[in-house]
Amino acid sequence: MHEKPGGKYPLRDNAAGDLRSYSERPLSEITAEAVAKGELSGDDLRTHADALRQQARIARDAGYPQLAGNFSRAAELTSVPNDELLKIYELLRPERATHEELTRLADYLESTYGASENAAFIREAAETYRERNLLRR
Amino acid sequence: MERSIRFGLLANRDINKETFVEPWPEAGLIVADSPYDPQPSVSIEEGKVVEMDGKPRADFDALDLFIVSHALDLDVAGAAMEIPSKEYARMLADINVPREDIARLITGCTPAKLTDIVRHMNVLEMMMGLAKMRVRRVPANQAHVTNWREHPALLAADAAEAALRGFAEVETTVRVARFAPFNALAILIGTQTGRGGVLTQCSVEEALGLRLAMKGLTSYAETLSVYGTEMTFVDGDDTPWSKAFLASAYASRGVKIRFTSGTGSEALMGRAEQKSMLYLEARCLLVVKGAGSQGVQNGSISCIALPEALPGGVRAVLAENLLASMLGLEVASGNDALASHSSIRKTAKLMLQFIPGTDFIFSGYSAIPKRDNLFGGGNFDAEDFDDYNVLQRDMQIDGGVKPIREDEALDIRRKAAKAIQAVYRELDLPAISDEEVAAATVAHSSDDMPGRDIVPDLEAADRFMADDSDFVAIMQALQRSGFGEVADNILEMGRQRIAADYLQPAAIFDADFKVQSAINDPNNYTGPGSGYRPQGQRWQDIQAIPQAKPPTGFVEPHEGEPLSRLVEIGPAARGTGKEVVLALGPAFGRALGKTIGGLEHEEVLKAILSGIAGEGAVARIIRIYHSSDCAAIGFVGARLSGSGIAIGLQSRGTAVIHQKDLAPLNNLELFSQSPSLTISTYEHIGVNAARYALGKPTVPVSVKIDNGARLRLIVKTALLHRRETDEVRPDQAPLECLFDWEPD
Repeated sequence: MHEKPGGKYPLRDNAAGDLRSYSERPLSEITAEAVAKGELSGDDLRTHADALRQQARIARDAGYPQLAGNFSRAAELTSVPNDELLKIYELLRPERATHEELTRLADYLESTYGASENAAFIREAAETYRERNLLRR
Repeated sequence: MERSIRFGLLANRDINKETFVEPWPEAGLIVADSPYDPQPSVSIEEGKVVEMDGKPRADFDALDLFIVSHALDLDVAGAAMEIPSKEYARMLADINVPREDIARLITGCTPAKLTDIVRHMNVLEMMMGLAKMRVRRVPANQAHVTNWREHPALLAADAAEAALRGFAEVETTVRVARFAPFNALAILIGTQTGRGGVLTQCSVEEALGLRLAMKGLTSYAETLSVYGTEMTFVDGDDTPWSKAFLASAYASRGVKIRFTSGTGSEALMGRAEQKSMLYLEARCLLVVKGAGSQGVQNGSISCIALPEALPGGVRAVLAENLLASMLGLEVASGNDALASHSSIRKTAKLMLQFIPGTDFIFSGYSAIPKRDNLFGGGNFDAEDFDDYNVLQRDMQIDGGVKPIREDEALDIRRKAAKAIQAVYRELDLPAISDEEVAAATVAHSSDDMPGRDIVPDLEAADRFMADDSDFVAIMQALQRSGFGEVADNILEMGRQRIAADYLQPAAIFDADFKVQSAINDPNNYTGPGSGYRPQGQRWQDIQAIPQAKPPTGFVEPHEGEPLSRLVEIGPAARGTGKEVVLALGPAFGRALGKTIGGLEHEEVLKAILSGIAGEGAVARIIRIYHSSDCAAIGFVGARLSGSGIAIGLQSRGTAVIHQKDLAPLNNLELFSQSPSLTISTYEHIGVNAARYALGKPTVPVSVKIDNGARLRLIVKTALLHRRETDEVRPDQAPLECLFDWEPD
């Protein structure tokens, strides 16, 4: 069956059975009782990469390709720890990193987390920073 | 020097507290059409942009490079740039062109092209464009909730009230950065007490903001500022790539993001490169889109006073909102900073976003008084709530909020303050006392709150930020202390975070906690009969301001028992001699007993009769049944009067002195300002009528002019007149009356 753009959107209503948390817990187990019994942790309420990939498809189909790209990069970043995310952001700020540091960062993200779209994005930043004098001197 | 009294008065008006300046393009002090703005152009070779807006690729700065690789759709650009700008402008204003047709072509437009399109549009055309191009069908609103004391109970109570009023997002910030986790917590608990599904954020430095989001304390962020020149961008300590990465980092944690831009920031930072504010904003917006943000907060934002100092500034601010919506971005359209000292000017400015509707009409309506607003003002604040509600009601426009009753507000504020008190207790944070809860329930501002010991609060905030406790611990604390519903709402926010539906363009949660965004509720406005208009229950809610009274309530206080001393004795004949006829309306002293000014009809009768008697004339009372019109009552009375002089008197108190040879709608004296009439005025009316009857020279009665009376009392006037008209009997001839009373 051909699905219209955003066919399953909102996933909360139309695909609840397929949704699970970052910790792989199904949405049906995210209940007030589970909270009360202390069965849930922060990761049980975090977004799974699959949901972001689905949102990326929905956004692309609805004519928002850049937003879809953002969601795809975000999907890759779900498994990157908080502290590392903050460090990567810091390195991408002006004059924080050398070209080599950014390239190494891209390689690391790709090899460790399979984050190839982020890696490509960071490599592009490295090239532009060199061209525009935004690398660390 | 000679001074005009009028100019002296004008100099002291609020509008003249503003600063106005003449344009200076070289300093970027020009809102649009700088002589240095480039002409639109693009050249594409082998799938690569080699020239844009008159600049060869070798001269591209970081923004140009980012725009050509991420924002411009090169498959569309060639054709899109060929279409004349004026043609786009006409399509935007044309209800017959659907938004998708324009949006597709706009993806191929350069910054100079975007600027050139809106150059052709006046504000009315831009408003038409905005009504159509807004991405979400239903407009919404965002609130600011802060207070200078950073009091948790007051924050929670104000957030709950804001949620109850209908704000879809609530933003807070800090005076002391270390308070960020507590302020975010208070806003979270407050909003989810008021209404489940309100999105919240705490505006702080980027890295701290991300950490709050990771902790589950916030659900959106709009602090991602971008600027229109490379140097300003770098001064802001970011690049388009770092900002785009930050956007993805937020999204990876299930947090909705919105970038911030706006005219004037580059000029303010001294790096406008001689370009107009609008052209630089077009560059910003293409960076925002290229970075994959679902939306933008624009409309000059905190710089609003700068474009407003320049000619065309308010038009340019509307133009930037329109540009963002043309690019398919959710627009939170400013109105968030103090834009004017003049309430006329600030309201006029608001209309440009309020009437067409934007995704968020305010990117921060100050739901607290201005003096408690840590964002620097708020163009509208809590003291304007009733004004704003009335504007919605006046124009049948959904401004994103609804009126609430005082008792509802008190209940929800108390509940939120108690919920945050319970969470503080359960999480072993510095106690919130019952006195603080009670104060927050009724408070208007920080001034109404007892002080707190800041040192232990800050230490606790540091510990709270450092440890692992997240919103699971908060939910448990709420469950344990009887706030299960609030915990459920926070849990549902967690489930929604897993679904990530609210990351899509212009997403909000409606009153049923269902997501509404450009995906499932896209704007479909194509002129009358299409798109969104507040109807049904929503329109009822907007109408139902607590100040609105049932119409019957206006008349009841004026009803009374028929005057026992006033008796109708038979058909009225034409009189003789120097008499004055006092002709009464059909309800006078019968169905109605008091004038609009609250004077007893009996007292009014006595006063008039005393006046007539005092001049030595005879009075005769006649009841008119066939008309309730004051002139008609007076004129019929005059024709029955032996002297030709009569006083016509309606039940609401309006009176006329008539003479039989005058045209029916003419008169000797008319007293239309019935609310201003006193017993002594009525006596004076009697005196004058008698003098006319006796042929004595007469000075008209002077009545105080109160131009506000009609404004205050027009509804009552209409309803009292209607009540009198109910008593009209068209076939009943005038009746002679006897009033069993003699003047002294």
